[in-house]
Amino acid sequence: PIRHSESVPNVAVNVDLQTDATLQVDISDALSERDKVKFTVHTKSTLPNFKQNEFSVVRQHEEFIWLHDSFVENEDYAGFIIPPAPPRPDFDASREKLQKLGEGEGSMTKEEFTKMKQELEAEYLAIFKKTVAMHEVFLCRVAAHPVLRKDLNFHVFLEYNQDLSVRGKNKKEKLEDFFKNVVKSADGVIVAGVKDVDDFFEHEKTFLLEYHNRVKDASIKSDRMIRSHKSKLHIPFPHLFPHLFPHLFPHLFVRFFLKVSELFEKTRKIEARVAADEDLKLADLLKYYLRESQAAKDLLYRRGRALVDYENANKALDKARAKNKDVLQAETTQQVCCQKFEKISESAKQELIDFKTRRVAAFRKNLVELAELELKHAKGNLQLLQSCLAVLKGDT
Amino acid sequence: PPSCLPAEDISTNSNGPKQEILLDDDQEDLFAEATEEVSLDSPEREPILSDGPSPAITPVTPTVIITPRAEASMFDRSLDEDEDTEENGDTFDMQITVSDPEKVGGFGCTSLNLFSRNEFSVKRRFSDFLGLHSKLASKYMHIGYIVPPAPEKSIVGMTKVKVGKEDLSSAEFVEKRRSALQRYLTRTVTHPALLKDPDVIQFLENTELPRAVSTQALSGAGILRMVNKAAEAVNKMTIKMNESDAWFEEKQQQFENLDIQLRKLHASVESLVCHRKELSVNTASFAKSAAMLGNSEDHTALSRALSQLAEVEEKIDQLHQEQAYADFYLFSELLGDYVRLIAAVKGVFDQRMKTWSKWQDAQLLLQRKREAETKLQYANKPDKLQQAKDEIKEWETKVQQGERDFEQISKNIRQEVGRFEKQRVKDFKVVIIKYLESLVHTQQQLIKYWEAFLPEAKAIA
Repeated sequence: PIRHSESVPNVAVNVDLQTDATLQVDISDALSERDKVKFTVHTKSTLPNFKQNEFSVVRQHEEFIWLHDSFVENEDYAGFIIPPAPPRPDFDASREKLQKLGEGEGSMTKEEFTKMKQELEAEYLAIFKKTVAMHEVFLCRVAAHPVLRKDLNFHVFLEYNQDLSVRGKNKKEKLEDFFKNVVKSADGVIVAGVKDVDDFFEHEKTFLLEYHNRVKDASIKSDRMIRSHKSKLHIPFPHLFPHLFPHLFPHLFVRFFLKVSELFEKTRKIEARVAADEDLKLADLLKYYLRESQAAKDLLYRRGRALVDYENANKALDKARAKNKDVLQAETTQQVCCQKFEKISESAKQELIDFKTRRVAAFRKNLVELAELELKHAKGNLQLLQSCLAVLKGDT
Repeated sequence: PPSCLPAEDISTNSNGPKQEILLDDDQEDLFAEATEEVSLDSPEREPILSDGPSPAITPVTPTVIITPRAEASMFDRSLDEDEDTEENGDTFDMQITVSDPEKVGGFGCTSLNLFSRNEFSVKRRFSDFLGLHSKLASKYMHIGYIVPPAPEKSIVGMTKVKVGKEDLSSAEFVEKRRSALQRYLTRTVTHPALLKDPDVIQFLENTELPRAVSTQALSGAGILRMVNKAAEAVNKMTIKMNESDAWFEEKQQQFENLDIQLRKLHASVESLVCHRKELSVNTASFAKSAAMLGNSEDHTALSRALSQLAEVEEKIDQLHQEQAYADFYLFSELLGDYVRLIAAVKGVFDQRMKTWSKWQDAQLLLQRKREAETKLQYANKPDKLQQAKDEIKEWETKVQQGERDFEQISKNIRQEVGRFEKQRVKDFKVVIIKYLESLVHTQQQLIKYWEAFLPEAKAIA
């Protein structure tokens, strides 16, 4: 089990959120056990809804999903971009690697084993930190949203210190979900095909469709690139140098090659940091906006659906009036549809504008930080290389 | 003062060696090295000190040249003038350049004598190089000289680098071969004895070379086969060589270990090269994707920044490719060379064993002849007795020769190994420094690219 405690919010800043004293949420601690992660959700609030001003509960991933799904299913929230659910904690790959390492312990030197173990543990820790951050971001987004923060389920989530008894979906439910999604995407295509009178939404529809696909592609490609970067580091190229010394470089010249070996150790550490930073600032950013752009698309879908329903209700009303049959019912239906549509449209516009603002801010922050970190590491590497070269050349 | 080891640069871009300073250091180092070695094996103190050089006295080389005199019948060259030049203390620092064969139909081979400023340019086929090596190996390996092995005939041979999905392009293959040939020739002319060899001189200077006549080019693989066969033969020998000379045993073990470690390192470098190429492909792919994302982004400044990011990543991809080139050509090739060189070293150690066994056989036979003679003493057969006495004389000479040969090859090998170890260190130092310089260049470029990008990122409003 690995523990993660921080007093400072560990928000992977893919979101630029204003901190509000009335409600502050963070994940103050997390514990990784064999097959689950337990997050300690810590809340500070001046709101009267809560019994105390500060409190903590322990939650697992399924409970976050339950909360997210409850938002999605809530008709009142149809006009909002629902903050995307955090991805399931996935330590499988990392665990597998650690296990393989354990199995292969006999075939490598103690040094090599220790080094690799350290690296894999660092990797595990990095994944752990990420999953904590992503769960935290979700909660912060909810807390920052003017309406969602008041949601009852949210308050229960934050305050109820017993298990929420939310079980993961069983096979039947998962199958149901699958079919729901199929229907939804088919419907989504139909809905999207309906041209919108409103230019703003028509533009957003086109934009989001393309943007989402491109972000998906960029996310996949960035992942691949960073994985390559990391795998390159696992080649024991510099590790072998010390072993070569007694054989390759007799007596006097050991100093030279020792220096080289030290150098490679250090530059390798820096390269590992580079890969880790790229992962955080670039890959994670893209992944997050992949999910958010999907949430935005979902919003547009709901609005489009409501629009279609509204238009259908209008047609039905006309028909009913023409036939003079069930007119009242048709009128009521039409009213409901109209209200629903207008409510969604009203908030959707602002939500989409906010989305753009958030997105631009997040990209700016991350790209700047990425560039600054790349520069820092490159300069660090350069300095190491140059000073080593100076010594080596002087030696000869 | 003459030098033991002319300084040279085995890289493809030869800037010419620094003569003065390096040589003095070499002399001192060699002496110091000898002392250090001595402290480890005390029984060897005597032989090493008397063989080894001291800065004020004669260098190593002349003794090496004089020896073949005993074998003068084996090759047709005048030794006197060689000996003279050696005693005059002339050294031939030679710079070899092998150029691209593309249109000329053969490898252009330029040798520049840095002392006399004589320059020769000739055209040679790949088989000519192999032929040269074969001749040198047959002449010198049995007296203990480490003859630099020729490049592999097949490119797959030692290295199995797959560049992405495709194998080496033809341009890369030609460059690899050209570079290998240059290193091969440079190593050959660095050897003080080989430099004077008429076959080598002919190779470097004659416009036309007779076609290699039925020479079995001893490639690295070939030598290994030979070594393995010899090892088998030794194992079959009933009389095990009494290794009174611990130095040889120790060295042999060292070379075994070195071989293993080099192969590991070689495999590791190849893996590194592969990964870097893969990283390059993935970086290029990401760059394109980022450009597309930038296109679809509707915030102008962010869109521009993303396009800039795509450009940066494209340039970084280029860097990765160049770095992979450096990794490969610098390290991988050098390691491959050394794996082959070690095979050649093992070859001479085995030659020594053969020489020893020949000597032992002669001793055994002499013993038998003496016994036979003693028997004949009582047999009253005067003719046969005389014949026996003649045979004894003959074998006594052979035994003496055998002992001399063994001592000579042992001596030669010690010197060769010393030279080899120094050379090895030099080679690796040069390559490592070059490699570090390439890494420096990469980092400098990275800094340039990211510094250009940063303001673009900050400009997003």
